[in-house]
Amino acid sequence: MTRHRGRGIASVNYPIGMNLGGDPSQALVHSNPSGKFTVSLSSIDLGQGMKSVTRQICAETLGVPVEDVYVDTADSDTGPHCMGSFASRGTHRVGNAVMAAAKEARGVMMEAAAEELEVNVADLETDGRGNIHVKGAPHRSISTKDVAIAAQFKQGKTISGRGIFLVPLSAVDPETGEMSPATCYAHACLVAEVEVDDETGEVAMVRMDSAYELGRALNPRLVEQQLVGGAWMGISHALYETTEPYYPDPGHGPRDFVEYLMPGPGDICPHDIAVLERPAADGPFGAKGPGEMCANPVLPALANAIFNAVGVRVDDLPITPEKILRGIKAQGGARPQARR
Amino acid sequence: MLELRKDIFADERDDNLKEIGKGTQRQDMLGHVTGASTYFDDHKLQGMLHLKVLRSTHAHARLRRIDTAEAERSTGVRRVIRGADVPRNLNTLLSLINFGKDDEPSLAVDKVRYKGEPIVAIVADSPREAYEALAKVRVDYESLPAMLDVEEALKPGAPVVNEAYPKNAFIYYDVYDHQKLRFGDVERGLAEADHVLEQRYQMSPIEHAPTETNGSIAAPDTNGRYVVYTSTQALFFSLDTCAKILDVPSNTFHFIGGTVGGGFGGKVDTLTEPLAILGAMLTGRPVRYVLGREEEMQFGPPRGAERIYIKDGAMRDGRIVARKVRAYFDSGAYTRLSSYAAVKCAAHLPGPYTIPNVYGDIYCVFTNRTPATAMRGFGVTAMDFAIECQMDKLAHLVGIDPMEFRILNAYRDGDMKAHRREAKNTALIECIQVAAEKAKWPLREEYKRMSSRKDGGGGRAAIPATPRDSHAPPVAASQQRTSYDRASPAAPAYEPPQATPPPPPPRPQTPSHGATRFSSVFGTRRR
Repeated sequence: MTRHRGRGIASVNYPIGMNLGGDPSQALVHSNPSGKFTVSLSSIDLGQGMKSVTRQICAETLGVPVEDVYVDTADSDTGPHCMGSFASRGTHRVGNAVMAAAKEARGVMMEAAAEELEVNVADLETDGRGNIHVKGAPHRSISTKDVAIAAQFKQGKTISGRGIFLVPLSAVDPETGEMSPATCYAHACLVAEVEVDDETGEVAMVRMDSAYELGRALNPRLVEQQLVGGAWMGISHALYETTEPYYPDPGHGPRDFVEYLMPGPGDICPHDIAVLERPAADGPFGAKGPGEMCANPVLPALANAIFNAVGVRVDDLPITPEKILRGIKAQGGARPQARR
Repeated sequence: MLELRKDIFADERDDNLKEIGKGTQRQDMLGHVTGASTYFDDHKLQGMLHLKVLRSTHAHARLRRIDTAEAERSTGVRRVIRGADVPRNLNTLLSLINFGKDDEPSLAVDKVRYKGEPIVAIVADSPREAYEALAKVRVDYESLPAMLDVEEALKPGAPVVNEAYPKNAFIYYDVYDHQKLRFGDVERGLAEADHVLEQRYQMSPIEHAPTETNGSIAAPDTNGRYVVYTSTQALFFSLDTCAKILDVPSNTFHFIGGTVGGGFGGKVDTLTEPLAILGAMLTGRPVRYVLGREEEMQFGPPRGAERIYIKDGAMRDGRIVARKVRAYFDSGAYTRLSSYAAVKCAAHLPGPYTIPNVYGDIYCVFTNRTPATAMRGFGVTAMDFAIECQMDKLAHLVGIDPMEFRILNAYRDGDMKAHRREAKNTALIECIQVAAEKAKWPLREEYKRMSSRKDGGGGRAAIPATPRDSHAPPVAASQQRTSYDRASPAAPAYEPPQATPPPPPPRPQTPSHGATRFSSVFGTRRR
């Protein structure tokens, strides 16, 4: 018995959103009289952190601390329309809608502040800590709380904003497939290293190194969570999971997590990730979205690493020990390729 | 471990931001880690009833008779719901964006098309009483031959899975049984290539495996409205689907969701809401309908299995000159969203590379299995698997390092993509360079110096002359083989480049796709 190491790579891109039916999302932002802001959405937080990235986008745009913003979602009576959380569209589409709404609310807030400070609105700036002051004269300042009170009880202004982001419908040419499916693309390259046992056909993950280009990492910790989790979903897809083990024969389908195989904590390996940021022209602060694509490069990188280790190509998923072992036997033993 | 490479593309960014780029703790973290966050199933309403469905035991069968008499008398049963009770018992999800025909009943009436298809729903005081009553429903099936293979299903004379699509394939633009992509002359490219490689790739269906299974709770509210707590990934998508199926105005419903225990694409299909609401309408009581784990795994929609054939032509110097793809999306018995994924897949060809001749035929095929749906990377994951395995094999064949082979062929700013849009804001080369650096994978100096921002466009920006399809019926697919030989230079059916594109075939008067907006906010739904 020998364990053979091999490395494989894959590089991919991924479209952000999918606008073949028109792809809109809306947001509403308003302040209460204490200068605390609520973002109203109907978008869904699947655990990916939708609420958190939109909260940061809103705070940055308004020029207030993130603690002063709360994101409320998803209630169809209060949240304006959103297509939904899919197609890697949350950060880009909803983020842009929130940005537009926050810009409008900021406009009213600055006007109200200008009236209180008796200066021109163009001379004001926010400090990001809850104050608005005259540029170059920080002592001529008013807190967002006092601005909100003045707007509500004295000036009769609503510090609020509406936002929509719509990527218009793109028709598809039936003959050539000409279309505009997305406005920007994320990118990735991943190197996987595996160890393949030529007696059992089992694959052990050794390590992964990757680079992801995401436009802008709005919250690097949420990005990391997506990329680490997504990569493990990719490993699971490549090596373990199937609801029809003998597809297209539908028999012997799993019914629970005992029968449905997935990698466990013992199957984890180090994953070293680099994030690149090439801002998208129409992304909120340049952001694209890491959601879906992070699983994609893992599948082929693993298949290529297994070939590099033992010289066996498995082109149908999942790449089970049985398939690898049959491949090794068919070629009369493991054939390790050039180490790289 | 995550490292931010701020040094790359620094000139395109303003990094002087206060909240953006910070690893701020998520707003809902405390609730999540203390178990205090509210999910749909945390709503225990007074007098709540439980709905369960009877599922088909056959993959394909005619329903001769459904006898619910004994079930109706079963203890705790409040209501038996059959297909005839559903106001509009036929729907397709993307009718909301006017894409495709209504093809799926909420409850099967005359025929079942997959094992596990819901036939009868029972609303009872407890889940156990609902299950006991389901066991008393008698269904008389007349078994029909099941179509389970995508290529078999497309053969002439194959049994019809779904009568809305008699050829077992989704119909695009009312004209074609597949989505086309045509860019350049792929046959000429293959004929001129030094190496031709043709391969077959097969994905497996997989489960989204969310911690929280699909489910919803619907309850009568004041003023004739219904409140619905749901695990949906798309609140208004689900709300509008329910309004259509139950034939009521969309403002009848107050949907509440937003915190979901994992979706990954498996919670877009509005699986439970229509019947839960109908149960509430028919009983006047709150109704809970939640899938069990086995239901979620076998009858909740999976990621569909795609079968992909790729034929590539490459030159000795490593340039790929042609890529021809034929892919079959196994949609299962109904369309759900697979039709859309096939279009997304066509747009994704030929991957993030600049190849002068690209040809794609993407089929969305109906088979007698659980309908497939969206999953992370929908329409792209399978194609990336096929393309990237193919890239590795091509690099091996041509004798070039697989990293350098990808950099050589990578798309760059200004290049024309096969869906006829200019590539902008590209960064594949930089990702490869950084991954190589991290993995200590040696790259030659010239490859380290290449950039997405250099040497694109120019001749690579052109849309090449593209021959027209002869409109011959698609050739029956056969098992493909690997060919390491130069392709025989058979003369392709080629038309010379034309100054103006040829006129398209006559289109239907009303476009079949995307003519109206999503219904709930702006406009009307056209059918």
